[in-house]
Amino acid sequence: MTPRRVRTDLVRQYVITGGRNRPSRNTHTLELVTLVTATGDRPVAELEPEQQRMVRLCLGGYLSVAEVAGHVRLPVSVTTILLADLIDSGHMVARKPPPVARPTDLDVLEKVLDGLNNIA
Amino acid sequence: MASTTLPDGGVYVRDTVQTAAKLLVVGPFGVGKTTLIGAVSEIEPLRTEEVMTQAGALVDDLRGVEDKRTTTVAMDFGRLTLSPELVLYLFGAPGQQRFTRVAPVWRQLALGAYGALVLADTRRLDASFDAMETVEGHGLPYAVALNSFPDSPHFPEEELREALDLRPETPLVDCDARDRASAARALIALVKHVRTHYQEHVS
Repeated sequence: MTPRRVRTDLVRQYVITGGRNRPSRNTHTLELVTLVTATGDRPVAELEPEQQRMVRLCLGGYLSVAEVAGHVRLPVSVTTILLADLIDSGHMVARKPPPVARPTDLDVLEKVLDGLNNIA
Repeated sequence: MASTTLPDGGVYVRDTVQTAAKLLVVGPFGVGKTTLIGAVSEIEPLRTEEVMTQAGALVDDLRGVEDKRTTTVAMDFGRLTLSPELVLYLFGAPGQQRFTRVAPVWRQLALGAYGALVLADTRRLDASFDAMETVEGHGLPYAVALNSFPDSPHFPEEELREALDLRPETPLVDCDARDRASAARALIALVKHVRTHYQEHVS
């Protein structure tokens, strides 16, 4: 199985992020598995083509930041910057990121085990 | 609302999902990371690539790109809905301890991950050392799964543990990365180990 490849056009990435390597808002709110969705109530005509694709992609439901990157074929770093802008502008919303793994998350681990046991 | 279809035929995460858990699948190229992820994933595995410039920057300095001295880190990932409230993401990446410029990518991968399944091939066990070192360097608990290939030689477990320099508590399991149930059992061995690891760190 060969996953689809991402475009690695650095010049375009530089242009669409305005040369930034950090989102305008707090980076830590958008992790690989943060779930995002489009609000669907903002016009998209003024957005960059890549951002329009992100909004269209997420109109139907939630996807993780990593999945958005995979579908629009951009690196996660660039995707995060563009998604942060879209959250600032009200085009997208993010679910609260999942808790960072720590001993108190043992109940989540038990649920992961239960789920895996169902397919083993 | 139940899960809906994406424009390309994929499926959205269910609206009821509250928690996204993350596990890593690491190992050298060709060891079967994407195969294992694909075996358990409900979506076709996706790939993203980060192009790192010389100083470990992401895309902020194009002057570093002119001499082509960039490193590309590819990660493949899949998703598995485990309950109406819980979704599991599996991220596959090669260990690249020696390339410090990829450190930002690894920090992002390790952030919030419960642990890692290190895949190994008995025909070239040493190829998995980078992956093990990278995972250890990020303080993640891990289990080692030997992916069976048709011509894989078999060794006594003791020899394998010694060759891999495994701690006594690190699980070593066999798996067939192509087989959903077998891949799930390898992940179960990992999660049980992670549970023990964190239980021992609660005091």
